[in-house]
Amino acid sequence: MTDLIRLTAAETAARIASGEVTAVEVTEAHLARIEAVDEKVHAFLHVDREGALAQARAVDAKRERGEELGPLAGVPLALKDIFTTKGIPTTVGSKILDGWIPPYDATVVQRLRDADVIVLGKTNMDEFAMGSSTENSAFGPTGNPWDLTRVPGGSGGGSSASLASFQTPLAIGTDTGGSIRQPAAVTGTVGVKPTYGGVSRYGMVAFSSSLDQGGPCARTVLDAALLHEVIAGHDPMDSTSIDEPVPAVVEAARNGSVRGMRIGVVKEFAGEGYQAGVMQRFNESVELLRELGAEIEEISCPSFDKALAAYYLIAPSECSSNLARFDAMRYGLRVGDDGGRSAEEVTALTRAEGFGAEVKRRIMLGTYALSSGYYDAYYGSAQKVRTLIKRDFEKAFERVDVLVSPTTPTTAFPIGERADDPMAMYLADLCTIPTNLAGNAAMSLPCGLAPEDGLPVGLQIIAPAMADDRLYKVGAAVEAALIDKWGHPLIEEAPSL
Amino acid sequence: MTVTELVSYEDALAAYDPVMGLEVHVELGTKTKMFCGCSTALGAEPNTQTCPTCLGLPGSLPVVNATGVESAIKIGLALNCEIAEWCRFARKNYFYPDMPKNFQTSQYDEPIAYNGYLDVDVDGEVFRVEIERAHMEEDTGKSTHVGGATGRIHGAQHSLLDYNRAGIPLIEIVTKPIVGAGEKAPEVAKAYVTELRELIKSLGVSEARMEMGQMRCDVNLSLRPQGADKFGTRSETKNVNSLRSVERAVRFEIQRHAAVLGDGGTIIQETRHFHEEDGSTTSGRVKEEAEDYRYFPEPDLVPVAPSRAWVEELRGGLPELPRVRRNRLREEWGLSRHEMQSVLNAGAIDLITATIDEGAPADQARKWWMGELARRANEDGVELAALPITPAQVARVCALVKEGSLNDKLARQTIEGVLAGEGGPDEVVTKRGLKVVSDEGALGTAVDEAIAANAAIADKIRGGKVAAAGALVGAVMKATRGQADAARVRELILEKLGVEG
Repeated sequence: MTDLIRLTAAETAARIASGEVTAVEVTEAHLARIEAVDEKVHAFLHVDREGALAQARAVDAKRERGEELGPLAGVPLALKDIFTTKGIPTTVGSKILDGWIPPYDATVVQRLRDADVIVLGKTNMDEFAMGSSTENSAFGPTGNPWDLTRVPGGSGGGSSASLASFQTPLAIGTDTGGSIRQPAAVTGTVGVKPTYGGVSRYGMVAFSSSLDQGGPCARTVLDAALLHEVIAGHDPMDSTSIDEPVPAVVEAARNGSVRGMRIGVVKEFAGEGYQAGVMQRFNESVELLRELGAEIEEISCPSFDKALAAYYLIAPSECSSNLARFDAMRYGLRVGDDGGRSAEEVTALTRAEGFGAEVKRRIMLGTYALSSGYYDAYYGSAQKVRTLIKRDFEKAFERVDVLVSPTTPTTAFPIGERADDPMAMYLADLCTIPTNLAGNAAMSLPCGLAPEDGLPVGLQIIAPAMADDRLYKVGAAVEAALIDKWGHPLIEEAPSL
Repeated sequence: MTVTELVSYEDALAAYDPVMGLEVHVELGTKTKMFCGCSTALGAEPNTQTCPTCLGLPGSLPVVNATGVESAIKIGLALNCEIAEWCRFARKNYFYPDMPKNFQTSQYDEPIAYNGYLDVDVDGEVFRVEIERAHMEEDTGKSTHVGGATGRIHGAQHSLLDYNRAGIPLIEIVTKPIVGAGEKAPEVAKAYVTELRELIKSLGVSEARMEMGQMRCDVNLSLRPQGADKFGTRSETKNVNSLRSVERAVRFEIQRHAAVLGDGGTIIQETRHFHEEDGSTTSGRVKEEAEDYRYFPEPDLVPVAPSRAWVEELRGGLPELPRVRRNRLREEWGLSRHEMQSVLNAGAIDLITATIDEGAPADQARKWWMGELARRANEDGVELAALPITPAQVARVCALVKEGSLNDKLARQTIEGVLAGEGGPDEVVTKRGLKVVSDEGALGTAVDEAIAANAAIADKIRGGKVAAAGALVGAVMKATRGQADAARVRELILEKLGVEG
């Protein structure tokens, strides 16, 4: 049965559809894997064994009745614990939601269920998606399956680690400043931040509303595309959701090619702070793209240097407001309600105990940035930078079809190394943040191991808004060429745990 | 608490010039809430009309109610405002337990409608109130604080929260500073709110019933010495919730400010509570520091960008506006401006119109609503429309008078019976036995008796002094305890005495 957990999602679905294996067998194999390794990895916060098996039985019953199955029917998935799940705890990695059982499913969850994707459970994350290492989870860190003493990236470290440790072939993440792509890069997996508005945010607990975007995580480009197609598309419950057809991502993933494409290398994403091995693998990838028939051009996006600063004003500002609702009045943790304290005091005590240090830091930053007298200098200026970044992207995409860069300046760093240095932690998202600010689409896929530490390196591909299909077309071409070169997918080199 | 000895209204006005600002919140009559699909119906069990969005549950998102936007644009157009081509919602951040997200989704520096005016009639003259803006926002939940002395959160043992109201669409209409009203400031304030209410109702966007909280008014007032340019410090009297109260609140605050300023004191910028019982205001929360709501554009909602074609379509579909309609009715009813003003101030226009629609003659309909019924409403301290009598019932009374079943005195008693809850007009007439004695036999007997008992007067009438018949009519009316038709009695007397009327 062990090979069931090593299959791609596409293969798994095909075998279930043909009756070669049942969805229950597939689900049981993954549940067994979780049981065997997750004590070490700590990717999951909650495993819904019964729910997963019930869903799997329903898929098998459907097949027996001869009903047509969707392209991912019966395939297991790990859900970042930021999506609401009816009847299943949703913590967002925080103590403040202690005891809360959502009364509703997020749109993404609803679409997964409608597509008969099996939800195995909820994965660990930095509290409220604030972080780049998953160390900010109130429930303890997650280990990187390539080296358990290192971080799996963040905030979606639970999702990336569950993929890299073969506990699931599919996962869902959210990306506000890189929380899908950076974890994918450091775990040798594939992660996509779709165009803002491409995937519904309804039921996705908000960190920074104008930046948050849910997206697919997988071990292959095609699997990510299949999942992308299931979760994407207009949702009337989300006002910012785009009411246009979903780009043909699966078709693109099945027809990977870069021949004749113009590809830009972002000049600003190199230099000081970039690990040598990361740059080496990245430069090799650029050469590979050239060999595969792409025209390569260096593109300068000068405003990207200000992206990190703008991000750390906009995201905290929005979060200071989004997280105001956690006041102990209606749900979640309540501290100090002894009958003698006022509502205001109970709210203050609850927030003091319920939120972690990073969340508090950002709430304070945001509250300050939005204050009367500071608004224009901070929030206002940051929005101007955002406009500049959009313009740089627009100019770039007049010349090239996609941009490429390293996903993250370094490979996975040791747990604890940056925990007390927020600035060092923030730098992990240097290359991913501009895309969130501009609202366009990007992917990270593995492009090799850094020679100095043997850890995975991610290649980032960036496409214009609503051109998500280009990511898959380029990604699939790179993936196929690298597998040819190595003789196997990179993930097979991950420790078996 | 210090009690300020009020200055007389006349003295206050002699020394100071009042400046007002009125903020009116109107609950829209949309079927669903502003940002979710929950019902807005009143009177449901607490917390039964809620969903993840209006409860502010983690992960939930708002979606704008298109009818709410349409209503806002209609209000803006009717107030002669410009309609924004592009505007956004904003978050107003502050903590309060009845606000589920701890921010209110509102509009800040980009209102849907701005720069308008509303003309109101005061003492037969037109006063133009300039409108700063009309913007969209959502209502909060409702708190009931239990166990404290004041009914406010401080000192309460516990609080009950009902989120049925949370997310109900509101339009906030803010005037520019109203200057130049002088001694008529209280009347202008009342006339403005009255006119606004009529306008809102005529647009069909809200029933605007103040007693139900569907329309609420905050009165900002300041005084400046006569002749000064600079505005004084203002007080904000919150939730003044009837037309009469608006007038009283302005009057009280003028007198209070004048007293404080006259004593060499300074007005503190503060919110004040209005007390219906005696028309006074008392200090609410003193704003120790300017509250910082940290407004920023609501990232969960896309901007509202009403197309010009749609705006023009809405403009074309606006109904006859109240002032225009009033001028038309005034001519139809043959009233002076002053008379029509009283009808408006009494909130009687729709009642009279409805009564006419039920078949009553215009003069009769007006007579009842502006006379007997207005007197009763005033005595009971309620709005005219709140009296327990319908236009159809008033019209029925008019019909009974016209057919001769009731005379004026009996009609009055019938209305009294309806107001006392004894049933409809016909029921009251039957129960109280109020019908005019029209039995010719009984009436004839009464007339014969009166002639017999007043032979001398009868002779005078026979001799041609027809005016003396009044005395005999009086005697007959007395004998029938007023239940006879006086005109018919007169006819009978003259007939029996062989005299031409």
